[in-house]
Amino acid sequence: MEVRLQNLTKIFPSRNKKNPEEVVAVNDFTFTIPDGKLIGLLGPSGCGKSTTLYMLSGLQKPTSGRIFFGDDDVTELTPENRGVGLVFQNYALYPHMTVKQNILFPLQNLKGADKLSKEEMLDRAYEAAKLVQIDELMDRKPSELSGGQQQRVAIARALVKMPRVLLLDEPLSNLDARLRLQTREEIKRIQKETKITTIFVTHDQEEAMSISDLIVVMKLGVVQQIDKPQDVYDNPKNLFVAKFLGTPPINVFDGEVKNGSLFIGEEKVMNVSNVPDKKVFVGIRPEGFIVDPKGPLTCKVQNIEVMGRDVSIVSSNAASQNPIIRSIVDADVKLDGAEEVKFSLKPHKVFIFDAETEERIYLDEVK
Amino acid sequence: MVDSKHQWKAWLYLAPAIILLLIFTVWPIINTIRMAFLNNYSLQSEIGGATFSIGIQNFTRILRYKEFKRALLTTTLLCVITVPLSTILALIIAVCLNSIKPLSRFFQTIFFLPYVTNSIAIGMVFAAMFNIVGTIANFNTPGVVNNLLMALGFNPIDWINTSSTYTTNMIVMVIYIVWNALPFKILILLGGLQSVNKQYYEAAKIDGTSRFRTFTRITVPLLSPMIAYVVITGFIGGFKEYSSIVGVFGDSMGPASDKGRLNTIVGFIYDALPNLQQGRASAAALILFVIIFAVTMVNLYVGKKRTHY
Repeated sequence: MEVRLQNLTKIFPSRNKKNPEEVVAVNDFTFTIPDGKLIGLLGPSGCGKSTTLYMLSGLQKPTSGRIFFGDDDVTELTPENRGVGLVFQNYALYPHMTVKQNILFPLQNLKGADKLSKEEMLDRAYEAAKLVQIDELMDRKPSELSGGQQQRVAIARALVKMPRVLLLDEPLSNLDARLRLQTREEIKRIQKETKITTIFVTHDQEEAMSISDLIVVMKLGVVQQIDKPQDVYDNPKNLFVAKFLGTPPINVFDGEVKNGSLFIGEEKVMNVSNVPDKKVFVGIRPEGFIVDPKGPLTCKVQNIEVMGRDVSIVSSNAASQNPIIRSIVDADVKLDGAEEVKFSLKPHKVFIFDAETEERIYLDEVK
Repeated sequence: MVDSKHQWKAWLYLAPAIILLLIFTVWPIINTIRMAFLNNYSLQSEIGGATFSIGIQNFTRILRYKEFKRALLTTTLLCVITVPLSTILALIIAVCLNSIKPLSRFFQTIFFLPYVTNSIAIGMVFAAMFNIVGTIANFNTPGVVNNLLMALGFNPIDWINTSSTYTTNMIVMVIYIVWNALPFKILILLGGLQSVNKQYYEAAKIDGTSRFRTFTRITVPLLSPMIAYVVITGFIGGFKEYSSIVGVFGDSMGPASDKGRLNTIVGFIYDALPNLQQGRASAAALILFVIIFAVTMVNLYVGKKRTHY
């Protein structure tokens, strides 16, 4: 099912009467989610990603704008009439019901023409349980399950009524690190098998990168960028997106363009012939540094961390916004005891942003 | 953990409570058992130097008493009717109170008023409300309930006066007790409702659960521990029913034409005391204890099966 958001806006009225200030949780969000894809809504807390999800589910009404599932305008429909499955952050499994009863519950609500016989319900429930591999646990109570198993039950409960759209609210945030890796593969697999358009919310960029077909990066209610994970990483539209994605995070320097050359501090690091003279921010991915004795960028070495395959050089530079610069270079680079290191830069790992708007300035050479 | 050197300090601090409990709770319990199993026991005769043989005569005798059987029946009937009724009503009111936003504090206060009002006072108001319309001993008795019945075109009913029946008496008592029992139950259930995670309701909404099914399949099970609590305390309080009847009927425990008609077990125990029949009162108290104990056990057993997690 293709999901189309049209100028979707959600404004929360102020709760504080003395200082009435509306909160624009989602601002003019327009986007078409292609059928059968896995979409990650990514952003820091308070960016409106969960609100977007709740508007899709129907639990919250948009202030303005429309939502379409395929050709149906579902904006005014109640949650149960939208055909969505929602997996809550805390799973919200009914604690007094067994796994089987939990999964059967949505089916037992069906009325009229959709009503199923007992056998059909059980078949569907077991089918959903098999899909998420919990068919062995059907008679247990949620409290007797691990976090990961509860998560699967919640997904099975959402899938059993064959929703047109599956929504996941921070699906991995309540799991421990090891389980998180496993479960995100699991979500990817389930989504591929069912081919249901799936939208999930996360604040963890790694999570979003690893399983999404498309990432929507949001900040303060405004969509920053929608792209394939690799493209968001390789081609950030603005400084926020560049900073938000990537571990270790991108290194940002105060820079300046003068006469077609990019300067970091006093050092000319690149030619940028098409950029007019102005102050800029220079973002360099950790893997964008090459140790090169003739390189243009000089940094003070603070620490070197050997991580087997690569070496991580922690250094500092007066123009850096962070006290430390982290660069990842090949392990065969030897820097024994050196106090200074010189870098040359990989042009496609260097992004230049306008110092005022923080928007990306594209370079001819890269584009 | 208290250091063993300072254990006497712990005992010292506990002493006031322990001494009071020993005098006013533990000793009376032991003494009640003693008195109950001394045939025909009476404190006054004991002071006079009489001795009593050990036996169960007190029990066999009161079980033969018509008054005791009547008290047992009335008490049991009141319990069996009022506890489920007040629990169901309290549940519905609590759910309604929980779902309204404006004025919810105001309504909560109103529903809580009976709890902080003296039950004898409420009983007198009820007695006035259910009075017959007419003149009794030169007083006009404007019973509001009967006035209402008449305004609606019905004949007035003698609810609690000399020509009333056991049934009408019981109806008044049931209304009184249910109304009086509501606030505490509402308070407990409302507290339970407010601690239920709202996500269960959102999940139910997504799944298209009807309101009724949400109530029976989600709200009630999630509240089951609180429901069990109010039912158990309701039965315990119900079997000790006494002051409500005094409130409506005075210490005649029934209309003037049939004194003691609505007597309860506790009333029976009190009646035996001025008659110098402490043995009989003790035996009745022990029977009451056994009944309450048994009912609570049944409640707990059912509760364990029915309450979840």
